[in-house]
Amino acid sequence: MNIHVLLKMVPDVVEELEIAADGKSLAPESLRMILSESDGHALEEALLLKERYGGQVTVLALDSPELDDVLFTSLAKGADRAVKVTGVETGLTSRRAARILSQVIAATDGLMPADLLLTGTQAIDDLDGLVGPLVAHFLRLPFVAIVVQVGVDAATGTATVVKEYPGGVRGEFEVRLPAVLGIQAAEKPPRYVPVAKVRAVAKSRRIESLPAPSQLEPPLVEVLQMMKPEVAGHAEMLEGPVEKISEKVCEILAERGLV
Amino acid sequence: MIPTTAKFGPVPGWAILYLVFLVAVGLFAWRVVFLVRLLRLGGPENRVDRVPERLKRVLVYVFGQRRLFDEPLVGIPHLLIFYGFVVFLLTTTGMLFQGLLPWFHLPTAEGNAYLAPVVDIFAVLVLGGLAVSSFRRFVIRPAGLQLTWDATLVNALIASLMVTYLLAEGFRLVALPGEKAIWLPAGGLLAGWIAKSATLSASALASYQVFWWAHVLIVLFFLAYLPYSKHLHLLAAPFSVFFSRLDPPGRLPAPARAEILGAERLQEFTWRQLLSAFACAECGRCERACPSNQCGEPCSPRQLIHKLKEQLLGYGPALLDKVRAPAGGEEPALISGLIAPAELWTCATCLACVERCPVFNEHLSIMVDLRRRLVERGEVDPRLEEALRNLTRYGNSFGQSERKRTAWTQGLDFKPKDARREQVEWLWYLGEYACYHPALQGVTRTLARVLRLAEVDYGILYEAERNAGNDSRRVGEEGLFDLLREKNTAALQGARFNNLFSTDPHVYNTLKNEYQELNHGRHPVYHYAELLADLLDRGRLKAARRLHYRVTYHDPCYLGRYNGVYEAPRGVLRALGVELKEMRRSRRNSFCCGGGGGRVWMEETGEARARPSESRVQEAVSLDGVETLVVACPKDYVMFSDALKTTGLEGRLAVRDLTELVAEALGLAPDVAVAAPPRQRAA
Amino acid sequence: MAGNIWVLTEQWRGEVSEITYEVLALGSEVAAALGVKLEAVLLGHKVKSLVARLGKADAVLYVDHAALAEPTAEAQSAALAQLIKEKQPRSVLIPLTNVTLGVGTLIAAQLELPGVNFCKDLRVVDGRLQAHCVLYGGKMEVLVTGLREPAILGISPGTRPAEKGQEAGTPVIEEVAVALPEVPSVRFKKYIEPEAGGVDITKQDVLVAVGRGIQTQDNVALAEELAEALGGAVCGSRPVIDQGWLPLSRQVGKSGAIVKPKLYLAAGISGAPEHVEGMKNAALIIAINMDPDAPIFNLAHYGIAGDALEILPALTEEVRRTSKKKAG
Repeated sequence: MNIHVLLKMVPDVVEELEIAADGKSLAPESLRMILSESDGHALEEALLLKERYGGQVTVLALDSPELDDVLFTSLAKGADRAVKVTGVETGLTSRRAARILSQVIAATDGLMPADLLLTGTQAIDDLDGLVGPLVAHFLRLPFVAIVVQVGVDAATGTATVVKEYPGGVRGEFEVRLPAVLGIQAAEKPPRYVPVAKVRAVAKSRRIESLPAPSQLEPPLVEVLQMMKPEVAGHAEMLEGPVEKISEKVCEILAERGLV
Repeated sequence: MIPTTAKFGPVPGWAILYLVFLVAVGLFAWRVVFLVRLLRLGGPENRVDRVPERLKRVLVYVFGQRRLFDEPLVGIPHLLIFYGFVVFLLTTTGMLFQGLLPWFHLPTAEGNAYLAPVVDIFAVLVLGGLAVSSFRRFVIRPAGLQLTWDATLVNALIASLMVTYLLAEGFRLVALPGEKAIWLPAGGLLAGWIAKSATLSASALASYQVFWWAHVLIVLFFLAYLPYSKHLHLLAAPFSVFFSRLDPPGRLPAPARAEILGAERLQEFTWRQLLSAFACAECGRCERACPSNQCGEPCSPRQLIHKLKEQLLGYGPALLDKVRAPAGGEEPALISGLIAPAELWTCATCLACVERCPVFNEHLSIMVDLRRRLVERGEVDPRLEEALRNLTRYGNSFGQSERKRTAWTQGLDFKPKDARREQVEWLWYLGEYACYHPALQGVTRTLARVLRLAEVDYGILYEAERNAGNDSRRVGEEGLFDLLREKNTAALQGARFNNLFSTDPHVYNTLKNEYQELNHGRHPVYHYAELLADLLDRGRLKAARRLHYRVTYHDPCYLGRYNGVYEAPRGVLRALGVELKEMRRSRRNSFCCGGGGGRVWMEETGEARARPSESRVQEAVSLDGVETLVVACPKDYVMFSDALKTTGLEGRLAVRDLTELVAEALGLAPDVAVAAPPRQRAA
Repeated sequence: MAGNIWVLTEQWRGEVSEITYEVLALGSEVAAALGVKLEAVLLGHKVKSLVARLGKADAVLYVDHAALAEPTAEAQSAALAQLIKEKQPRSVLIPLTNVTLGVGTLIAAQLELPGVNFCKDLRVVDGRLQAHCVLYGGKMEVLVTGLREPAILGISPGTRPAEKGQEAGTPVIEEVAVALPEVPSVRFKKYIEPEAGGVDITKQDVLVAVGRGIQTQDNVALAEELAEALGGAVCGSRPVIDQGWLPLSRQVGKSGAIVKPKLYLAAGISGAPEHVEGMKNAALIIAINMDPDAPIFNLAHYGIAGDALEILPALTEEVRRTSKKKAG
């Protein structure tokens, strides 16, 4: 099985985010990039599928600060190839990222045909679209989102996937392969790989670099302004020793006939 | 008359003795060679350096039996049995050779007017010692000391050796009174009783021979049996002490080879680690000292060594065969086989086991090597994983931005010097708890003010400081430790300072012992208690008033047991005028709070009856009139504060850092109290 | 029909979701500001009766096709794309839920139109539509506009009160036919219902919710005791269900249940957007969290910055005492 995992780096919200001088984007000084959380699950799901069915896992991403560590970590976890697309600017354009990735996948030897392309179902910076469906469209492949379970039937060339609906309901779908899946959560939590292994991989393995295609996508969405969220309200904080707080809470509940 | 001159049918006694002797020695030698071959399965390690120091250790700990006196009830009997053994070794060897070579008149102890009484008295002392130790083992039944057939047999053999010797003596004195009169107190007494009985006197010569033979045959049986029993420690202990680690215990051994993370297979351990299995006398001292074990967690240092031994004896022979016949079964996994991961994760690395072990076994290094293997396989529980990921990415286990490391300074009305930019006398390496933990930030500020008052020229590294890596290493993430050490070393090299101190004993331990670039005395590393003691001593800090508290002090593991700093904090307390009452478990017997070794990052198993920290605060509160538990470690502060809540002792005991008392004595206003102590951030 | 504001009805298993009404309310404001009509698009198979619920709209475009019986993003986007090409609306508002995720993006890609996600508000400025969107899990907001029309706008839950979008009525119905592939590449097989947890949390008046902050599975019992004392039930945020501490039927949030109890007591929950979606309309929200900066405190009515493991048992005791006093 040939599985590709599309990874994206997003701003790390542990750091304070600041607005740049142009008033429309993030200030780079305080910015740190981290792997989008559901992309991490997509990678884990890919590795689980490889363990189950055999095959190869390739991770692909657009170049970004702190990406190399993520790619080496992916290799250390069991991915077979890591491909980085260089010569791209950072920005809020998921659509541009998807377009570039799709072109690179289509044009590079050994990347197509693939059986499955996995990516996180949604990222925190997907302002102008989700990478999964965009790549599916550009590569003319079927797409299912919010996937939490994947089973592959090589004989029929289909995959059975489970998607999450509201209310804890799940839906089972059959998808013809090759397909793009937006992974919400892998069947097991993403595995831990020790720092020593990642460093060893960084010394011994290579990340392949491919240049981004030069044609530019005309922008379809314009950011007029970026601002910090105004906090609509705040809870009235109850303070003091635990007993006092409990008493106050009971008072509040009693007022409403709840106790 | 030498008993082996008698004939048994056509065969002379000495011939039979030769036969038995050769068989016994043969069995003994064969087994010992086999055990040495098993040890050689382990990897190499240089333990023949600094020989004079090693010999001194053997003198103090093997011949001096020093560690056994922690528990005097067994220390004294064991000393008697030990020296009794030495004495009897000489005596019985003499007897044996006399028996094997009856034609020669060999000098024996029995014949010597000075030695014979000594041996005689020792026989009684050994019996006395055995009586006490057997009483302890079979009646008192301390934890960790097992009732096995092996132990029972060994006790019986030793007892029978003493009894047969004395009886042989007694009967000999009656049967062969012609020998020159040597004063034999016990033997003589026995002889007197025998002489009173006509029947016994009549058969005295025959009885003498019977007991002589019995003694010699039992000895030879014991010789052959020894390397199969736990009494093997007799042979192995002197070697295990000689080959023990001379490095400071706060310096964990790095993996022998970078590619092999940790150990699990027998051949991945070093020969000295494997020797622990044979040197272990199964005394249970380590288990009785272990705070996790005493609270009901699955951790047991004794079991760890025992299971390693089981694995070695169980699968070792197959490994030896493999050298000749490569095909064979797979080595059964040690972890999740004999050893459950919970046994490894519940260790707080407090060093109590290593400190107590009379044969200098290396429980800690074996445990860390096994943890390294679990980390290598990614088999870590989710909370620990989160802490490790945070440490890797943000340099602190709280998962907070590096930029927030100096948020604690906001409550100060001055800015501490930046050691990256200007030269300072002292570099204050704070540690993550002092910087990020809300319950401790106030204490950190207090120390900053105290030091300023004393006009200490100190600076900090601001955002360049990262977790020093002590607990990452002990959790088994050696790669993370290397990464942190590299980054911190670079930061330290970019700073200008002479000396270094820390508020956290864990940080202190690793900077002092494991950061090679700081070693060699160029940048001496201290704990802040040492600095405060010095300042008070030299009058740079003067207590404005004496504090009339009755307090007790908890020795942190990484300051006390690991690095021998016991006096400095006590000096500080004395200078403040408080009345210090010591807990029973103090100094090197201090009872760990249970937070070390990465335990603060892990789930509790839920199997414990109580937490070690709860046991400790109970101990503190049981001291008459003590209302304050003084700590000098941020993890202790947090663990004991939590324990006060869960035991409901909040009104009766207060946990206070040394800094807080110093500040109070100096008349400084207390820092603004901060919010409730958090564990990890919720998602 | 050209130049109108469209709202995609989220219809699932025979029901129109609450968020649809929110978006209808929003859409009607925008349509009024632009001086155009509001049209609802209803995709499905044999669901014409649902049209009656869409009274807020001036008209309903109803597409009936077997392939739309169970929603797949492909079928929905294919159908909607054809409609858009034919009718040329001014803008298309799509409620963002698990059912419709991906539809907006696919349409925008297929028709090379601007697609925008995470809209929390829309406004009309100088005759142009501007979207106020939330990014980075709520840490930043942006004001954006599309550079082509129609813009496909994904609307997050909570933009307007649902009641404002509910109007009984008989809007004009137009049935439109679309061509969809006979053999879809994504085929629906079946639903997997969550195991009956015995309790339907959407019907409870009192819910005690637990998140990762309670640390271990054993501590769920503390919440259960409080819930029992208050006559309610326990529910949880996604991480707690993922760990297996509570069954799926107790999950509150985007992929779980939407609840509106009289009391929602959140212990050890930080307030991530996916969870908040599920409980923001509770009448009284009390939150307990170690971190005084946790986002849940922006939503809760009362907050306690402290250790839930301490507070839950104390609260349970106090509740029991108060109940006894009242009874006795």
